[in-house]
Amino acid sequence: MTTTAINSNAITVIVNGERVSRQVPARQHLIDFLRTDLGLMGSHVACEHGVCGACTVRVDGMIVRGCLVLAASLDGSKVETIEGVSDTGEIRDLQDAFIARNAAQCGYCTPAMLLTAADLLAHNPNPSREEIREHLSGNYCRCTGYQAIVDAVETTAKARK
Amino acid sequence: MKAPDFVYERASTLEDAFRLKAKHGDLARWLAGGQSLLAALAFRLSEPTALIDISRIDSLKGITRSDAMVRIGAGTTQARIGASALICQHVPLLAEAIPLIAHTAIRNRGTIGGSLAFADPAAELPACCVALEATLIAQGPKGERKIAARDFFEGVYATALADDELLTAIDIPIVQSGERQVLVELTRRSGDYAMAGIAAVVRREAGKISHARLTYFALGDRPVAASAAEKSLLGRTLDGDAIDAAVRAALGDIDPSGDLNGGPATKRHLAQVVLERALKRIMTDAAQTAA
Ligand SMILES: Cc1cc2nc3c(=O)[nH]c(=O)nc-3n(C[C@H](O)[C@H](O)[C@H](O)COP(=O)(O)OP(=O)(O)OC[C@H]3O[C@@H](n4cnc5c(N)ncnc54)[C@H](O)[C@@H]3O)c2cc1C
Ligand code: FES
Ligand code: FES
Repeated sequence: MTTTAINSNAITVIVNGERVSRQVPARQHLIDFLRTDLGLMGSHVACEHGVCGACTVRVDGMIVRGCLVLAASLDGSKVETIEGVSDTGEIRDLQDAFIARNAAQCGYCTPAMLLTAADLLAHNPNPSREEIREHLSGNYCRCTGYQAIVDAVETTAKARK
Repeated sequence: MKAPDFVYERASTLEDAFRLKAKHGDLARWLAGGQSLLAALAFRLSEPTALIDISRIDSLKGITRSDAMVRIGAGTTQARIGASALICQHVPLLAEAIPLIAHTAIRNRGTIGGSLAFADPAAELPACCVALEATLIAQGPKGERKIAARDFFEGVYATALADDELLTAIDIPIVQSGERQVLVELTRRSGDYAMAGIAAVVRREAGKISHARLTYFALGDRPVAASAAEKSLLGRTLDGDAIDAAVRAALGDIDPSGDLNGGPATKRHLAQVVLERALKRIMTDAAQTAA
């Protein structure tokens, strides 16, 4: 029996504040590295081609699609996931508002929604409902109908003032 | 939905990139933001043997102004371009186009060079570059050459770039006085590729149109210049009659085949809608300036 060696690369990344060094397959996406290699299951994955937004995480402070980034390309980068931002308490108020407004049902889209909403509030502390909808438009939710999510983000923005 | 196996290499300079390309040969591809390429690989639409990451080559990034030109490095992200004060002031067409491309998380990584080299016929930036009469700068192992944007796009996902060439920068003339730049597109959902769209650059001197570049996207196999419509506007005052004439003339400029968004008849109708809206906006803005 012959086996083909899978191409791989060594990376060192800071994940949620912790330094991690690993050998990763060249073709491995960031989202699979986080979930499979590091056991960080809070970031979800669905479409695997950039359309649904479920895999949204932060790289060097910016939100990205975890399914459209190669882990191998991230040597030296800082990665943050929902686990990390939950632990620091950075988005505690947003998370509370999601619970209060029933903005999470099955929860599949929720971690990515939270990170995307946090990104909006960081750049635009006073968004209109239209602007909230626009910023979240790349994140699909199959349960809530979005209304409750927009409510939660709006409530958080108002409360932060 | 997993990509095929390939070798990942990262270039830190242009020389490095060409060396790696020579090493890995024909089936090696440049990897910029990965926002089109990695999605295509997930579908196994192509099976490159190596990806050469050019996203950390500093000389490919940045936006600078010199006299009448703005230069954008090919590796500059769409997000950077959208947030640039230089672009907002001197190339308003791009400032309007960027927020219509996908979503923030994608624009944070996707680059202008990647958009142009990928050459999706429904993409905004190729049409903008044609309407703006931009010059694309390509570099290969044998040196540099300049390609006019209108000559760069050769068909669906096809460009004038040679296999071992990189797009390094885009030179764009800055907006002139009396000029209006407008982009109008129709999409089913925010962030989707357009069903039909137009990038319009119209200049008026002493109330008469002296320059018009109207470039359609999502209405052919590449950005399509509405040449007859452009010609019909020259020397005229921009009023309702001039707009009607241009919209009629534009039908002769396009020959769209149908796609997922509709058949040729629908596409032709949408082409008229976007052109009319673009020209009406320019007319209204002009009236405001005059008042
Ligand atoms: C869900 C989704 C929605 C999208 N919606 C839109 C949209 O509405 N409008 C739109 O325009 N785009 C859209 N895109 C595509 C997005 O804009 C991509 O970022 C862009 O097309 C490619 O840029 P990139 O830097 O990611 O290139 P990559 O994906 O890295 O590369 C794309 C191609 O270009 C080549 N390449 C990259 N850089 C260079 C260079 N400097 N020189 C030579 N070749 C190069 C690569 O080899 C590859 O063949 C969407 C993408 C997704 C996932
Ligand atoms: S899994 Fe990444 S966008 Fe859908
Ligand atoms: S809560 Fe179920 S997908 Fe959004």
